[in-house]
Amino acid sequence: MSNSSATNLRSPLGRARGLGSAKEGLHHWWAQRITAVAMVPLTLWFVYSVASLASGRMDFDLWLLSPINAAALVLFIVVGVHHGVIGLQVVLEDYVPTHLARTVSILLVKLIGYGLATVAVISTLIVTLGG
Amino acid sequence: MPPAKPVARPLSPHVFIYRWPLAAILSILHRATGVGLAIGVLLLTWWVTAAAVGPSAFDQATGFIGSPIGLFFMMGFSLALFFHLCNGIRHLVWDAGRGFEKGTTATSNAIVIVAALTLTAVSWLLAWM
Repeated sequence: MSNSSATNLRSPLGRARGLGSAKEGLHHWWAQRITAVAMVPLTLWFVYSVASLASGRMDFDLWLLSPINAAALVLFIVVGVHHGVIGLQVVLEDYVPTHLARTVSILLVKLIGYGLATVAVISTLIVTLGG
Repeated sequence: MPPAKPVARPLSPHVFIYRWPLAAILSILHRATGVGLAIGVLLLTWWVTAAAVGPSAFDQATGFIGSPIGLFFMMGFSLALFFHLCNGIRHLVWDAGRGFEKGTTATSNAIVIVAALTLTAVSWLLAWM
């Protein structure tokens, strides 16, 4: 097989299909960074909160009765899990050799990650609204 | 062309042969702590969900977290979290195209390690006081 043009490195089949990259890499890259920036203040707030709860200075129900804390916890869960899922995706893409195992493991990570996040967010809302 | 017979060529030593520079250790630690923190989502979900289920479930969850093995996990998670946070900020600076000089990297290595250890120590002081 030879390329018809010396300057075009794509195979004739590749050109016929018109496919390059999946064209999602840039979005993935930005999502990883933007969630990272959002996690900086959220993480500091979260550790401060857990430390306050552990020391007994703050009661859990009172903590989540504050709408600001409830909103921050929901954001911490949702943004953190999204950051973790797209991060784990890159790790799996790097280390899982076969296409099938890679696809299945990435889908499992997404299912478990977003599933856990949903459960945690609903639990937060139950404590906040029902407490 | 017939398939070429494998030839016994000299192999380049793999990554484990070399003494790792500190920056390389911190780089793979960023990944390792990221995976560890993702597993920590299980504990976070258990903790919050137990609070929604009721007092006995919540006591069970906080009882585990306060047990020796739970505190061991919390120590690991807090250190991993602060390392990933500090090294992640350094990665954002690198993404902006800054801090790649050899001397700068050596300095930021030290800043990341000291900041992560300090933030972890301060958090445990806050939790103990």
